[in-house]
Amino acid sequence: MTAKVALVTGASRGIGQAIAIAIGNMGYQVIGTATTDGGADAITAHFKASGINGVGMMMNVSNSESVDATLKAITEQFGAPAVLVNNAGITKDNLMLRMKDDEWYDVIDTNLNSLYRLSKACLRGMTKARWGRIINISSVVGAMGNAGQTNYAAAKAGMDGFTRALAREIGSRGITVNGVAPGFIDTDMTKKLGDDQREALKTQIPLQRLGSPEEIAGVVAFLVSDVAGYVTGETIHVNGGMYMA
Amino acid sequence: MSSIEERVKKIVAEQLGVKEEDVSESASFVEDLGADSLDTVELVMALEEEFETEIPDEEAEKITTVRLAIDYIKANLQ
Repeated sequence: MTAKVALVTGASRGIGQAIAIAIGNMGYQVIGTATTDGGADAITAHFKASGINGVGMMMNVSNSESVDATLKAITEQFGAPAVLVNNAGITKDNLMLRMKDDEWYDVIDTNLNSLYRLSKACLRGMTKARWGRIINISSVVGAMGNAGQTNYAAAKAGMDGFTRALAREIGSRGITVNGVAPGFIDTDMTKKLGDDQREALKTQIPLQRLGSPEEIAGVVAFLVSDVAGYVTGETIHVNGGMYMA
Repeated sequence: MSSIEERVKKIVAEQLGVKEEDVSESASFVEDLGADSLDTVELVMALEEEFETEIPDEEAEKITTVRLAIDYIKANLQ
């Protein structure tokens, strides 16, 4: 029997990379995507070095043609994805008073519109299989808000609403839809913050440190696993206690 | 090769989890066979695959009975 297929967007580094490895370790055939061919090659090499079954592919989550072409290639080569992790995301922070149109639209398009494109493309295979897992990586910022991130917070809160609506729509087909909302995790995205900002942040976190990508990946792996089969429409916060819903 | 009627009825039975003998040509998917809106979308997807055709959304909405499905396939397949 061939391994089930898992698709993880934005898998070249940080949280996405850790998620891909964790799901690969569960025995899945993993496809990790990056926005460039170089990134895709690096993913393939990293998967190989980590001893998991998987390849990197180039895909732009903000382009429907790119998404459809990639899904077609995956389905032909490996089979339809049973697991979709919508992880790809960007930040373009600015104060509302200064925010440019492209900063707003790019963040909404990559972080939120991508869920529409990817989920739609994967649902046919999942409904036919009567089994599927969709996991959306949102953010604590979607629940708390954060000055300078109106675009990002709007996209992430939108993802959480999408999670709940699709979970209701598709539950009867054995497909669960959940979110994982990381707090501040030690990745390239948070390295953009200054040292002062990082220190100030830690005072707001009961566990007094940033999280690791593996600590997010572990929760995603749980949601993928069979024992999580009764969890749907939920967004699990993983943030060291900085926000408690 | 089975007739179009037989193939349509088989798919309807499979998709909606009903017995093939209960799938009469006059049966309405929603009223007689207990389909919900998601079932009807999946049913159209299954018909598309079986007959290797694409059914536009505006046409798909009109296919509400077994008879209408058979008629659509017959009219559009040749």
